[in-house]
Amino acid sequence: MLEGILIGLSTAFSVTNLLMVVGGCLIGTFIGMLPGLGPMSIIAIMIPVAISIGDPSAALILLAGVYYGAIFGGSTSSILINAPGVASTVATSFDGYPLARQGKAGKALTVAAISSFAGGSIGAVLLMIFAPALASVALLFHSAEYFALMVVGLSAIAAFAGTGQVIKALLMTILGVIMATVGEGALFNMPRFTMGLMDLQSGFGFITLAMAMFALPEALYLVLDPSRSKTEGGTNEIKDLRITKAEAKAITPVIGRQSIQGFLIGVLPGAGATIASFLGYAVERNIAPKEEQEQFGKGSVKGLAAPESANNAACTGSFVPLLTLGIPGSGTTAILLGALIALNVSPGPRLMVDQPEIFWAVIISMYLGNVILLILNLPLIPYIAKILAVPRNFLIPFILFFTLMGAYIGQNNSTELLILVGFGICATVLRFADYPLAPLLIGFILGRMLEDNFSRSMQLYDGISFIYERPMTLGLLVLAVILVVLPSYRARRARARAEGVADGD
Amino acid sequence: MALDRWIAMIILLICVAYGYAAFFTMDDTLAPFMRRNPIWPSTFPKILSIMAIVCALLILLGFEKSSGEPKPSEINYRRLTDYKLGQAIALLGLMVAYALLLRPAGFLLSTVSFLFIGSFILGERKYHIMILASGIAAGVVWYLVDRVLGIFLSPLPVFLANGG
Repeated sequence: MLEGILIGLSTAFSVTNLLMVVGGCLIGTFIGMLPGLGPMSIIAIMIPVAISIGDPSAALILLAGVYYGAIFGGSTSSILINAPGVASTVATSFDGYPLARQGKAGKALTVAAISSFAGGSIGAVLLMIFAPALASVALLFHSAEYFALMVVGLSAIAAFAGTGQVIKALLMTILGVIMATVGEGALFNMPRFTMGLMDLQSGFGFITLAMAMFALPEALYLVLDPSRSKTEGGTNEIKDLRITKAEAKAITPVIGRQSIQGFLIGVLPGAGATIASFLGYAVERNIAPKEEQEQFGKGSVKGLAAPESANNAACTGSFVPLLTLGIPGSGTTAILLGALIALNVSPGPRLMVDQPEIFWAVIISMYLGNVILLILNLPLIPYIAKILAVPRNFLIPFILFFTLMGAYIGQNNSTELLILVGFGICATVLRFADYPLAPLLIGFILGRMLEDNFSRSMQLYDGISFIYERPMTLGLLVLAVILVVLPSYRARRARARAEGVADGD
Repeated sequence: MALDRWIAMIILLICVAYGYAAFFTMDDTLAPFMRRNPIWPSTFPKILSIMAIVCALLILLGFEKSSGEPKPSEINYRRLTDYKLGQAIALLGLMVAYALLLRPAGFLLSTVSFLFIGSFILGERKYHIMILASGIAAGVVWYLVDRVLGIFLSPLPVFLANGG
């Protein structure tokens, strides 16, 4: 492990990679601060740039920096203007915005920055311990287990993504996998479902799809509903960034607890930073003493520190399944996986053995990114907050232009732009009807790997028998079924009970 | 019928077509020696199409009630005309125009007009700032993509470019 850390240090501290960390964090913070733009859109827009860098460690470092920066920027806008740019910082605004209203915006930002830093750093240390251990177990996995593991990942994502609408999320996931079967598969050398179109021969472009699923609908939502990007509401003077000793003492145990809890939630597929932050907030409110509980929601520093450390730790945690199993647990890590595949890196347990410099450089750069965010943001916050005043009339055409550019650079083909617009409209309509979009993209990215592993096990076992001959595969598949069935069963039962009560009255 | 069930029906139709292709048309072209293989190119699509059809039917038949009233942060599609629908459609049209004109008109011209018209559609009327911002952005992006990243982007219209 020490050797790995040294390799990581030497890679991460090269001039280019340091620039990547700084650049990524800055870009992420700036864009993440704009209300209405989430980390997935930002990363989708940055991917073409990262891919054309060519060096996988630099690309991943850049994208990870963007990811952190976006989360941090999101918390800044939720504190200052009560407009969370990212779902995972919604819980931050519960206590952050009241603090800002009391004229303590500077203090709130400091608490947020320190908790994010601590959450991210503790997460990075835990990642350093967990990932190698998990990777060594994963090396024993067979393609049958990989297939089953991906099924578990996909069903967990479907189970968590739909707000009580598991079937919709499941349908989206399967649709994503179906889209992945279009084009020429690696195992068969024959084009499938191309409808005779040359442009579909190589399948749908992953960047195009990522843009169409996230960046374009978000931009269209901003156009449709101008109030989403409203920036008024009091970008008040930010002064007095200092926090008192008593406050520091109060938030220290909160940060410690929530970093660990957030990390563990982040490791689970499908859970991610949003759930971690809400859960962290709820847990801290419940275990706080009576008089402090009153303060939650009215500007409690504890209530601010809890979601901030939890969501940053969860972001780091979500890298564990990505780097060790090659299975993304969230939309953001799925996009990162797509970028890695485009760069000819296959994340998984072999990554640590075959390309240790990528693995360790990413972990070290996470730590570095946290330090840089802290240094950059504390003194610069008052100036960075000015970006919140960028007029949307200029902002939206630029976002649209960058999605177009990204799709064009990815494929160098202007038909791709029409596909982008078409899918973008479909995605927006799907979003109107409350269909979750992240499962579709994750299904699309995992689809090809899913089929490859399935085919390989079918060939090895000469049929479907691998499912019941390998107990671990069977166990994982049963788990996947439970994950999907349980929430919809419980929702049905709860609804039935609610209806029964209504009828009885 | 609510929008989500209409969508489920469209997806169902797509999946039926997909399943039809997988079950009835794909295997005909398979070489005889490949038929001995336990897995065919159509095996996985067959499984997928069945699963997708089942899910789409469950939604279409209303086994899963949608959550009822829309969330306040989301857009309520039933009152779509209350929103800036015209602007959104105009911008989408602009994107299509950009896609069609990118090659013939060249990157610089089409990008400057895209950004200019885009902000015009959104109601911006400070023409000098709009020209300046879009001109600088087009120039910088072209330089970065073509020169720094090395991806060819023909900057000028077809009739001015040499073989571009």
